[in-house]
Amino acid sequence: MLNDIFIAPFTEFEFMRRALAGALALALGAGPIGVFLMLRRMSLVGDAMAHAILPGAAVGFLLSGLNLFAMTAGGLIAGFVVAVLTGLVARTTELKEDAALATFYLLSLAVGVTIISLKGTNIDLLHVLFGNVLALDDQTLLLIAANATITLIVLALIYRPLVIECVDPGFMRTVSSAGGPAHLAFLVLVVVNLVSGFHALGTLLAVGIMMLPAAIGRFWARDTTLMILIATASGVVASYAGLLVSFHLGVASGPAIILIAGVLYLSSLLFGRVGGLVRQAFPGRHLEA
Amino acid sequence: MTIRRNAQKEDAMLTRRQALAATALAALFVAPGARAQDRLNVIASFSILGDFVKNVGGDRVEVATLVGPNGNAHVYAPSPGDAKKVADAKLVFVNGLGFEGWLERLVKASGTKAPIVVATKGIKPLERAGEHEHDHDHDHGRADPHAWQSVANAKIYVANIRDALIAADPAGKDAYSANAAAYLAKLDALEHDVREVIAKIPADRRRVITSHSAFGYFQDAYGVNFTAPQGVSTEAEASAKDVAAIIAQIRKQKVAAVFLENVTDPRLVEQVARETGAKVGGTLYSDALTDDKGDATTYIGLMRHNLRQLASALVS
Repeated sequence: MLNDIFIAPFTEFEFMRRALAGALALALGAGPIGVFLMLRRMSLVGDAMAHAILPGAAVGFLLSGLNLFAMTAGGLIAGFVVAVLTGLVARTTELKEDAALATFYLLSLAVGVTIISLKGTNIDLLHVLFGNVLALDDQTLLLIAANATITLIVLALIYRPLVIECVDPGFMRTVSSAGGPAHLAFLVLVVVNLVSGFHALGTLLAVGIMMLPAAIGRFWARDTTLMILIATASGVVASYAGLLVSFHLGVASGPAIILIAGVLYLSSLLFGRVGGLVRQAFPGRHLEA
Repeated sequence: MTIRRNAQKEDAMLTRRQALAATALAALFVAPGARAQDRLNVIASFSILGDFVKNVGGDRVEVATLVGPNGNAHVYAPSPGDAKKVADAKLVFVNGLGFEGWLERLVKASGTKAPIVVATKGIKPLERAGEHEHDHDHDHGRADPHAWQSVANAKIYVANIRDALIAADPAGKDAYSANAAAYLAKLDALEHDVREVIAKIPADRRRVITSHSAFGYFQDAYGVNFTAPQGVSTEAEASAKDVAAIIAQIRKQKVAAVFLENVTDPRLVEQVARETGAKVGGTLYSDALTDDKGDATTYIGLMRHNLRQLASALVS
C-alpha cells in the first residue's frame, strides 16, 4: 500500500525516475543560489533574469527549432551579457544593482521580442516558456546535472568572500578585492541555474524552485550553512512530493512541485523557529536570572 | 509493392495533367479582366482552409491566410495587420466548431462587413477525443474541430466554399464550379487511396499514439485508432498521471507506433517511445500545412504524407 503510493511510480515508470533525478539535481544547485540571492536582497533578480534569458532561448528556438544546444546557448549568452553588464554598471557608476538590472533585462526582452516579430509571429512559444519535467531526455538530464555540479564546486570556491560580502560589504572591501569577482561569478551561476531550470520546469517555475526553498530556510535557521541545508532539503522534498501529487492526482508536474514548496513555505511562515508568526505571537519565556 | 508504386506514379501524373488542364481551363474563363486588383480578396483563417479556397477560387480569388504554414491556430495571437486584412476582405472563411477562438474578437475589432463563411457547415461534428473528467477552461464547445482529417468532410468544405464564392461573385459561377469539380475528383482519388492503403494494415496493428488528438475524424472514417497523452486542444499540460496511463496502455494494448506532430512538444512523445519500445513514426501533420520546404504544402500532400507515415510504421 505505502509502496504503491510512494515508491512504485518510480520503479514502474522510467519517465518518473528521470523527472525525479532532474528535479533533484535542480534543487541541489538552486537551493544555495536562492539563499544567497535572498541574503543579498536580490530575491526578485531571479525573476528579472528569467526574463532576460527568455529572449535568448526563444531566438535559439527560432534559429534551429527545439534544439537543446541552441536554446541553452541562446539563454546563456543573453543571461551572461545582462548579468555581467549589470554587475559592471552597479560597481562602477552611481546606478544601483536593481536599476542596472531593470534596464538591461528590459532591453534584452525588447531585443528578443523584436527579433521574434521580425521572423514571424506564428511560433508556439508556450513550450519555450514551460519546459516539461516529464520529458527529460539523456541530453537534458546531463545538462542539468552538469550545471548542478559546476554550481556546487564554484560556490565552494567563492563561499567565504560571498558570505562576508552578504554580511558586511564595507568590511569586505577593506580586507580583500575578491568581492567583485565573487559577485560576478555568483551572477553567472544564477544564469546557469535558471537556464537548466527552464529546461526542466520552464523559466517562471525555475525561479520558484530557487526562491521558495530559500525563504523556507530563512524561517528555520540564522546560520547561513544551516539555512542552505534546509533550503536544499525542502527543494528536494518539494520535487519528490510534487511528482507524486502529479502522478496520483493528475495535475501538471511543474506547478505541482512549486505548489508543494508553497505549502512548505506557508507552514514555515506560520510555525518557523526563526521569526515565524506563531512564534512571534507566543514567545517563549525569557531567560531569567 | 512495385505495382502499387507504379500505380501511384501513374496516378500522380494523371492528377498533374488534370491540374494543368483545369488551370488552363480556368485561365481561359477568367483571362479577360482578371488583373490583380479585380480579384476577389478573401481571408482564410488557417493554411489548410486557405488551400481549399485557392483550389476552388483559382485565378479569380486572392487568398490570404491568417495563421500561416506551421502555425498553431489554437493559440494564435492576431496582429493589427490581420485586422486590416480582415477589414479589406470580401469574404472570411473560417473552420468553425470552436477551432478559431480568437477570431470572433478579431472580426469585431476589424469592423468588417464581409460575410463569415463557416466551412464545416453540414458536417456532423464528433465529440472531442481524449476528454478529461475535469473540464478545462476552453472557450469553445465539445465538438472536435479537426474535421478536415476525413476526406469526405473535405469535400463538404469544398462544396461550401464553392457556394460561398458563387454567392459573392456570381460572374465567376462557371469557373468556380469547374475548379471545384476538378478538385473534388482529386479528393475522390485521395479517399480511394487512403482506404486501399489502410486495408493493407493488419487490423490489430491499427493503433497509434500521437502527441495531439487531432485525428478523431480520421479514426472515425478509416478505422485507425489514435490515442494521445494530451486533450484535443494543445492548451492543457499533460500530468504525470496522463503520461503513466498512456505508457500502461501502450504496454497493455501493444500499440505499434508513436507519432510526432508539427505543432506540439515532441519531447513528451519521444520519452513515451523510449520507455515502451513502440516504433517512432515520422511527423504526422494535423493542424497546419508546412512551408514550401516541407513535405505537406497542400491538403492533398498532407493527407498523402500522413498516409505514407502510417503505412511505413504500421505495416510490419
